[in-house]
Amino acid sequence: MTLESLSFIEAILTSAVSAGTIYLIASVGECVTERSGVINLGLEGIMAMGAITSFIITLAYGHLAAILAAALVGAVFGLLHAFLSVSLRLNQIVVGLAITWLGLGLSAFMGAPEVARELLKALNPSVPEFLAELKQAPRLPEVRVEFLAGIPIIGRALFSQNALVYAGLASAVLLWFILFRTKWGLSLRSVGENPALADTAGVNVFAIRYLAVVIGSALAGVAGAYLFIGYQPFWVENLTRSRGFIALSLVILSSWSPLRAIAASFLFGGVESLQFRIPLRGFGAETPQLIMMLPYIITIVTLVLISLASKGRIPAPAALGKPYSREE
Amino acid sequence: MSEDLLASPGPAPTLTPKVEMRGIVKRFPGVVANDRVDFTIYAGEIHALLGENGAGKTTLMNILYGIYTPDAGVIRVRGVPVRLRSPRDAIRLGIGMVHQDFRLIEAHTVVENVFLNYDGLGFIPKWSALESRLEEIASNYGWRLNPRARVGDLSPGEKQQVELLKLLVRGADILLLDEPTSVLTPIETKVLFKTMRRMAEEGKSIVLITHKLSEAMSVSDRVTVMRRGRIVLSKPTREATIEELSAAMVGGQLIGNAGLEERPTYPAVDAPTLQVSGLSVMGDEGVLAVRDADLTVNRGEIVGIAGVSGNGQIELVEAIAGLRKPVRGKIMLNGLDVTGASPRRLMELGLTYIPPEGKKWGIVPELSIYENVALRVARYKPYSRMGVINWRKVAEVAGKVVSEFRVDTSSIKSRAGSLSGGNVQRLILGRELTTSKPSLLVAAYPTKGLDIAASEQVRRILSRLRSEGVGVLVLSEDLDEILELSDRIVVMYGGRVVGVVRRGEATPELLGIMMSRGVAASASA
Ligand SMILES: Nc1ncnc2c1ncn2[C@@H]1O[C@H](COP(=O)(O)OP(=O)(O)OP(=O)(O)O)[C@@H](O)[C@H]1O
Ligand SMILES: [Mg+2]
Repeated sequence: MTLESLSFIEAILTSAVSAGTIYLIASVGECVTERSGVINLGLEGIMAMGAITSFIITLAYGHLAAILAAALVGAVFGLLHAFLSVSLRLNQIVVGLAITWLGLGLSAFMGAPEVARELLKALNPSVPEFLAELKQAPRLPEVRVEFLAGIPIIGRALFSQNALVYAGLASAVLLWFILFRTKWGLSLRSVGENPALADTAGVNVFAIRYLAVVIGSALAGVAGAYLFIGYQPFWVENLTRSRGFIALSLVILSSWSPLRAIAASFLFGGVESLQFRIPLRGFGAETPQLIMMLPYIITIVTLVLISLASKGRIPAPAALGKPYSREE
Repeated sequence: MSEDLLASPGPAPTLTPKVEMRGIVKRFPGVVANDRVDFTIYAGEIHALLGENGAGKTTLMNILYGIYTPDAGVIRVRGVPVRLRSPRDAIRLGIGMVHQDFRLIEAHTVVENVFLNYDGLGFIPKWSALESRLEEIASNYGWRLNPRARVGDLSPGEKQQVELLKLLVRGADILLLDEPTSVLTPIETKVLFKTMRRMAEEGKSIVLITHKLSEAMSVSDRVTVMRRGRIVLSKPTREATIEELSAAMVGGQLIGNAGLEERPTYPAVDAPTLQVSGLSVMGDEGVLAVRDADLTVNRGEIVGIAGVSGNGQIELVEAIAGLRKPVRGKIMLNGLDVTGASPRRLMELGLTYIPPEGKKWGIVPELSIYENVALRVARYKPYSRMGVINWRKVAEVAGKVVSEFRVDTSSIKSRAGSLSGGNVQRLILGRELTTSKPSLLVAAYPTKGLDIAASEQVRRILSRLRSEGVGVLVLSEDLDEILELSDRIVVMYGGRVVGVVRRGEATPELLGIMMSRGVAASASA
């Protein structure tokens, strides 16, 4: 193998991880939400809100505050979702799509130069206003794990990334552990399988669903923050480009397991970065549309394959999408 | 068969009441499900609770388990008056219930099901310690149960053991079992009864709801009969007789085989409605469940399929009903080759299928009774025209189903899911038979979960159909029923038809031998 192709592979892997982390953070959270029986189609909108929040707050107070604020904004949207879908028992599809439109609209509004400038002025008058009009923010710094980053091929991909990449991986492992090894995780999964049974066993179905939706939405907010300050720190409208919906299908692809979500997310991160590199290497230059479709086509094909492999029985949580009410 | 079900009833229980229910009243819209009921459970006893469908047995137990609040009455547990607001309250008092339908999460493992929200667990439970605890309890009762198995992969008998484990780890010593034997094979029933006896010896009290009098007689220490919401008899089992119990259940009038006497002469052999030849069918595990089966059902004849469950009967019947594609062989319905035809096409060609486990496969519990009837008829005139349902006509026929098949309900607008187990079965039979005129009726376990009178009624319906010239193929686990009904009995063993016995030549002994060893003995084909 030539040195050039080695470094090409290394570059692909590295950008697979950094692009994949957007999906990882969002789909790990959605795994938790869906395991409790609620589907959150609002991911796309919440991600967009997380991104715009991180843009303005980074300028005003810096990175850490931006990440926390994005999580908080996500959590607020999650509360709204839970109130409508869990308490009022509205159709989860409708609620989720409404939240997506709300989030996309609101983030576009906040991102408009005049509005962003005013927001920045209100939050921190000492920061020069024109920064908001540049539509840029400082990128999250890389944190190189000195020794390990030197490992050939995978070292740079895994150990020379920003803090949110590591946090995303850690949250996948942690949430997997919570879901499958703790008492609370068992209760949560039971609520997603059979809420009536969990209820009679004394599990607080409503509290668990609220919490699961809020956790998933907060992580979607963080995924949006990562998308902006960790991946592409230049604000454009429609920054998310359906990534929230891809994260939703990655949840199915990882059969609702945060650990498998790591593999699924990085795989799609890889596909996405290939999409930018293939034209550079010569072919597909005349038909960029085809290549842009790649992630979506692969999503559909893998979903079909999974469905065939599991004989049509995708192991979804049995109560997914079904509102629960006490009386019969 | 009743004698060998259990070694011997235990020693006379000491008569300390553990639970006293006094003057319990529970009304539902249109019915009084429990009418001033007094019910006592003593320490260390197995207490059989009998009664027809809709008598109020399940309701009474649901009250004791905290699912329903009674409209009147008091409950004392170990002498102390209690108020039970939820199953959690009941569990805390040592009362546990296993429902008619299992309440388990199929996707989870045994240990996860048992310890869901268990109080003594820390945030991070020691799962392996919990697993060995389950293994210990299981071996104490002689069960073979893997705590790590997925519950969806277990047999009904094992699922029941998981339900019992849920109660046992929470320290339940008053166990309410609602028709636990209706889903079990005879061997599994035996294991359960051994377990129950063992539990009683440990001082636990067990309420056993059943429709099988022989079970009540052989396993219980005390027997109580309910009828229309009231207690009509309660005494030590050894002082009771089967005749007395069945009379108490139906309210004095004795039931017999009167309806079955008008059996015409043996039907014409040369009018087959169903001919199955060389049929092989794949089972769920990917091995052939039916091998090379031949079978004929003539018009005006009842053919019973006998066999220990799991010997291919259900797969055979499902293949005939179009629910499984045969691997080899041929199925002819009224002279037409229908191998591999869809259930809908078969229905149009005159086949009516009554599925097993009616509550699961036969109705949509969330819909009302008449909507469930509509599901069956909505495609046909005069119930719909150009895709628009004529609800008046549907309601008419639903009313007919309810009255002719005596579905016990206050209105056809009631949710089908609120019907008692037996009434669901009547609704399904009624719906299928009122709305179509089949030439072949295939019924899988049609009397499972039905009380004596209702079973009798179903058998009467089947006989009536037969005398009207319908061919009937019936699957049953109850040998007595098969013997009583069938003109010919097909015995299956290991997926093969090992013999066909004519009425008159069949005895329980002969069938028993064929079913357990697969030898055709001297049976004529
Ligand atoms: N949740 C409910 N809502 C309305 N009616 C009910 C409800 N539960 C029971 N009933 C009615 O109360 C009566 C008693 O029902 P119950 O289930 O206690 O009978 P059962 O003796 O257990 O019968 P089976 O042997 O068929 O199970 C029936 O008429 C039934 O329709
Ligand atoms: Mg009942």
